[in-house]
Amino acid sequence: MSIQELCTVRDNRQLTGSVFALTLEAPRISSAAAPGQFVHIACGEARLLRRPISICQAHDGLLKLVFAAKGEGTQWLSRCSAGDVVDVLGPLGHGFDLSALGDRPVFIGGGIGVPPMLQTMQAARAAGAQPTAILGFRSRDAVILEDDFRAAGTVYIATDDGSYGIHGFVSDVLRAHIGAFTSVCCCGPKPMLRALAEIAQAAGIPCQVSMEERMGCGIGACLVCACALKAEDGAVRYGHVCKDGPVFYAEEVQW
Amino acid sequence: MADLRVNFCGVELKNPVTTASGTFGFGHEYGEFYDLGELGGIGVKGLTPEERLGNPAPRIAETPMGILNCVGLQNPGVDRFIEEQIPFLRQYDTRIIANVSGTTVEEYAGIVEKISDADVDLIEMNISCPNVKCGGLTFGTQPKMVEEVVSAAKRVAKKPLIVKLSPNVTDIAEIARAAVSAGADALSLINTLLGMRIDVESRRPILSNIMGGLSGPAVFPVAVRMVYQVHQAVDVPIIGMGGIRTGRDIVEMMLAGASAVAIGTACFADPMAPVRALHELEQFLDEHGIASVTELTGGLRI
Repeated sequence: MSIQELCTVRDNRQLTGSVFALTLEAPRISSAAAPGQFVHIACGEARLLRRPISICQAHDGLLKLVFAAKGEGTQWLSRCSAGDVVDVLGPLGHGFDLSALGDRPVFIGGGIGVPPMLQTMQAARAAGAQPTAILGFRSRDAVILEDDFRAAGTVYIATDDGSYGIHGFVSDVLRAHIGAFTSVCCCGPKPMLRALAEIAQAAGIPCQVSMEERMGCGIGACLVCACALKAEDGAVRYGHVCKDGPVFYAEEVQW
Repeated sequence: MADLRVNFCGVELKNPVTTASGTFGFGHEYGEFYDLGELGGIGVKGLTPEERLGNPAPRIAETPMGILNCVGLQNPGVDRFIEEQIPFLRQYDTRIIANVSGTTVEEYAGIVEKISDADVDLIEMNISCPNVKCGGLTFGTQPKMVEEVVSAAKRVAKKPLIVKLSPNVTDIAEIARAAVSAGADALSLINTLLGMRIDVESRRPILSNIMGGLSGPAVFPVAVRMVYQVHQAVDVPIIGMGGIRTGRDIVEMMLAGASAVAIGTACFADPMAPVRALHELEQFLDEHGIASVTELTGGLRI
């Protein structure tokens, strides 16, 4: 069920050079949100398109979004402050399927793909699993949400330049520990998702990937956020990230 | 309260606000936000004889007050539309405007004949899609081709036939006259304007198809101008579309000559756009003491 809600900004703080944590008062959307879903936010009158942002946490009537201020829209959003009102659609899309994670799932995020894994990991822990997180960042100064993840289970942090945690990629960490896990859930750049999916497939454990694409309506009407999927006969068909995703089982995706 | 009803080619619309094909799917998604029965009509996603996959991503790029798209007519095919979507849409008290395309004259005639026998109210023939390799725009830019494809469709059409025109022409009035002389019962305009954007970092086009169709408020003045020119040139009703967002935009489009309007891209910014604009229209009419919305059509003073 899609809801349009005018949300008051409770708090907006800078986590790193370009990453912000925005907390919104969103009683209706937050109570309906499931791990892995996203919201679509209007970023000022001058921009026609909303910006899709994954949900980091939803509880007690609040919605926490952690996003990178990359373009004009997200920069506008980064300048919002407590008391401002933003127009939000959500919760949108299909989130992670929590029914088949097993008792030792691993949640993997790369860069700005890290935030949506927090709520998902917390949900798995609440359901009795012993979750692990593998979080990848460019360098030490890009690390976000570490304490929140540590409170939810075991955490490995990898940095590309080795300035913090393990020197390497999240895929290196997954490969080294794959035997310890019953399933993989991940979000990040497409090459990273593909590498993780291959490792999970080789180990015979299920892998869910959260995909990203340039989006229009955000609800499945305009068909622009096409994601190449495997049709039953093996040919390509286009699903849509906003409605059929953003989370897909890795074997559905035409990499 | 002003009378909002419009008689469009003998089909009564409860109000002049419809949705623009390609922006509204088959109505399911926006139906979660409001009762689709509030709309005068629903222009459904463009249909082709067979299922079409559409183009790869990226299919959208933002522009100043607009968007470019290159979806490429992704749709399940006309048969599945008839079987699966008409029963859904018929639950609502609104008119169904079936938008159809083909790649040859024979295909256009075939799909118009097939959709004529289905439970739809109006047929909108798209001879102006910029995002497909064959057909579409190639039919809509030459008067001779327009005449040929429209006459073939008109011979088999059992419902009012609306021809959707491309703005990517030198003389829109000439194309309009060709469509009407070939039997078009009505015209709709404008389809999107061909455009392009480049990512200056990678030096690559943003859209997978390199070029795409521009829509949104950026094209509104072009649409008003073309509706005005077409209204001067021919004597059939017009569905005006292209960048409409507000009730006052609807008034402007109708003053230029439109009998009804379609709202498209504005829905992406605000899912409630069509019903909000309708309420604003209603308010405008009441504030200005206009008894019937039909009084606006062609009411421009020069």
